Amino acid sequence: MLSRRQWIIAGDDPGGAWLLAVLAMVVVVVPILNRLVPASSAFHLSAYGLTLIGKYMCYAMLALAVDLIWGYCGILSLGHAAFFSLGGYAMGMYLMRQIGPRGVYGNPELPDFMVFLNWKALPWFWYGFNRFWFAMLMMLFVPALLALVFGWFAFRSRVTGVYFSIITQALSYALMLAFFRNDMGFGGNNGFTDFKDILGFALNSDNTRVVLLILTATALAASYIACRAIVGSRAGRVLRAIRDAESRTRFIGYPVESFKLWIFVFSAVVAAIAGALYVPQIGIINPSEFAPINSIEVVIWVAVGGRGTLFGASAGAVLVNYAKTYFTGALPEIWLYALGTLFILVTLFLPRGLVGLVPKWSKDK
Amino acid sequence: MKEHLRRGGHWLLFLLLVLWGARVADAQSSTDATFLSTLGELREAAFVDKEAIIDKLSQSGHPSIHAVLTAFLEDRLYFRNEDQKVFLVKTTEGDLASFDLIDPVSLKNAGAEVPDKLTKIGTNNRLRRVLRTSVARFGLSSPDLSVRLEAVRDMMRALDDANVDLLRERKNIETDSAVRKEIDTGLALAALDGTDPRGRMDAITVLSGSLSQDARNKLAALVDKNAEGNFVETDEQVRKAAQAAIEHIDQWRSFYSAIQTLFFGLSLGSVLVLVAIGLAITFGVMGVINMAHGELMMIGAYTTYVVQIAMPGHSGTSILISIPAAFIVAGVTGIFIERTIIRFLYGRPLETLLATFGVSLFLQQLVRSIFSALNRAVETPEWMSGTLQLNEALGITYNRLYIVIFTLLVFAALLLVLKRTRLGLEIRAVSQNRAMARALGVRSEWVDAMTFGLGSGIAGLAGVALSQLTNVGPNLGQSYIIDSFMVVVFGGVGSLWGALIGGMSMGIINNLLEPYAGAVLAKIFVLVALILFIQIRPRGLFPQTGRSAENS
Repeated sequence: MLSRRQWIIAGDDPGGAWLLAVLAMVVVVVPILNRLVPASSAFHLSAYGLTLIGKYMCYAMLALAVDLIWGYCGILSLGHAAFFSLGGYAMGMYLMRQIGPRGVYGNPELPDFMVFLNWKALPWFWYGFNRFWFAMLMMLFVPALLALVFGWFAFRSRVTGVYFSIITQALSYALMLAFFRNDMGFGGNNGFTDFKDILGFALNSDNTRVVLLILTATALAASYIACRAIVGSRAGRVLRAIRDAESRTRFIGYPVESFKLWIFVFSAVVAAIAGALYVPQIGIINPSEFAPINSIEVVIWVAVGGRGTLFGASAGAVLVNYAKTYFTGALPEIWLYALGTLFILVTLFLPRGLVGLVPKWSKDK
Repeated sequence: MKEHLRRGGHWLLFLLLVLWGARVADAQSSTDATFLSTLGELREAAFVDKEAIIDKLSQSGHPSIHAVLTAFLEDRLYFRNEDQKVFLVKTTEGDLASFDLIDPVSLKNAGAEVPDKLTKIGTNNRLRRVLRTSVARFGLSSPDLSVRLEAVRDMMRALDDANVDLLRERKNIETDSAVRKEIDTGLALAALDGTDPRGRMDAITVLSGSLSQDARNKLAALVDKNAEGNFVETDEQVRKAAQAAIEHIDQWRSFYSAIQTLFFGLSLGSVLVLVAIGLAITFGVMGVINMAHGELMMIGAYTTYVVQIAMPGHSGTSILISIPAAFIVAGVTGIFIERTIIRFLYGRPLETLLATFGVSLFLQQLVRSIFSALNRAVETPEWMSGTLQLNEALGITYNRLYIVIFTLLVFAALLLVLKRTRLGLEIRAVSQNRAMARALGVRSEWVDAMTFGLGSGIAGLAGVALSQLTNVGPNLGQSYIIDSFMVVVFGGVGSLWGALIGGMSMGIINNLLEPYAGAVLAKIFVLVALILFIQIRPRGLFPQTGRSAENS
């Protein structure tokens, strides 16, 4: 164990070291810029800035999850936004219950949209979500179960490559349609919003935001280290073998399906945690998060950053989203052109992503 | 007010002139003038007087009387404030900026006018009843078969003694069997109210062969109990017969509604098939996932729109021209995409997916920049609108019918190209064994470009078909692309027959589930079923066989 940690810190993984360093810096600098620097100063970080950084880090975590399975195991999931959103919905359900009688209709038990739909009692699947620990358990459990069942069906019958991509896309699409329905009991197309507080701390206070941001940074760092550990272990080598020659790995005697299944479930859980951290910071979750295009965008972040490098995927997520924030604000017309061109150029000329531009970072894939 | 009078004076002068002109002209224009002047009286007459005017008009025997009275009945009779001329308005539906006017005498187009400058000639309930009878009478004696049928149906909705007499009269001279049958139904409906049980029995026998909702409702009323708990129909024999007749009608109606559902499913499926066969070529034959396929379809739809703009007023011809136009525009775009991007990515399906997704975003934004983000409506030509009413319970809309036929034609043409032409032979050769095909002198690069162009062109054709079903907008492609990927996966990658059968069955399943589960749940069921289906047949209904299949 010790040797592996040394390996992470000691420079065999310079990109990862950079990522962790940046995260450490975020944890230290952001609270100072927001809490200690006066609002009049040019260096003051506004609540909007906090939200933005938090959002980028959640996306980076999602990209990490996708890169783990795509970059190291060759499973291209076009449905990871679904796991992200499910995690977000679990958190959203907890936050909705926390609103209590402060909703527009003032019903202490039912969230506003249920009162609006004339529902008399809480549906059974909402029970327990007023408790934080239960909501968090469900946040991990539901996406994991979905990934397990779905993956078991898919991998067992050897659905691979494009087929797998397309049915994951279908899964995400089906979930989107389902969550759009009012009868589902998840707020229909409005989803959840107007959250008040989390564990008793008001969500609109900067203190809570800073704490959430630090938590997100920690979660991102932890997932990075976990992913790196998996990739660096013996199992990681099997995963890479599956990516490069699935049949051969199977014939050598490795249970390919189990490896794929567990890495898929793990990846889904990481995505779900990212979603759960995303919702309280952004303040809304609705079914459009399930949209297939979101999943595809995640894949793009990974491709832009550098597939199969983990830190590259995270960096790609932040970069592309920073560009998106900038362009949609400054030149909304240009954004889709830019994004479209980016996809084409990266796949044509940068098959290893931006990380590929730095040779020593992208060695040993 | 004064202004108004002065205008009225002008009108009178004009009328005198017309009358004077009529005297010197032939007899036809004299009836025209009388007709027009009687029509003019409608403008300011009280409701009671209007009734007399309608009678007068009916007796004038003018050829356009039927159209005028129908328009009056449907609140489409207006006069222009400026010159007090009476016009028929083509349609008042949908917030129109201006109404198309029709001359009441010649029934020809007479320009357009903004609604503010027109005044409607109003009706009331009583007047409408009178109008309906008159319209029906004229309808019954019309030489046009469909008008006669419509007239009989109208009369069945309001069966009074006058109408029954009219129908009886007509029955003796009617030559067409369909109209006679309809009249029989009407008379039978009236006879159900008769006092003679035998007459009612006969009427039930006639009605049991009918499919109309009216007949069924009337029969159902017979076997119901009234407020006091007694049967409306006192004779038990008649009641039994009525019950049997209802069951008979229901059986047939549900049979026809099943056929209708099937047809709707087929038409929905044909759109999917059109999209999916294009995909099947690029996705199957070339191993390329074209995420921009939906946008190529959108290009086809916009081509249809542009062709229609280029030749206003000829929506029928323009749709025919836009078929080859859309094929060429989408095909050339496809070849361009293949030459500039995809050819560098062969053998890397996942990268192709990303690059073509980029292309799709680019194209969407391009269309937004050129045509704006708003949806555009493509006009449906006359021969494609309306319904083919096979019988009372079964109507098939023409646009859906044409789309089914169009799909089958495109499918057959594509099959011919693949099986009977040199290009098709080369496409199949390259898809089966690229290296061997190259060794035998097939220019595989050229074949790749042509294959991609072919698939893209078919996407363009799908766009033409779609433009007839929905509005054309930048998101047109996305709404169908996921469904059609499902079709390809369901049917088996690269199999045209798979795409055909897969698309049709998905359309039908969707439509069969919809009434029970609602549109969204039906879609979800289909998706879940597909995921389960993949478990049993991971390579679809018609899997590719042979050595090449192993590598994909």
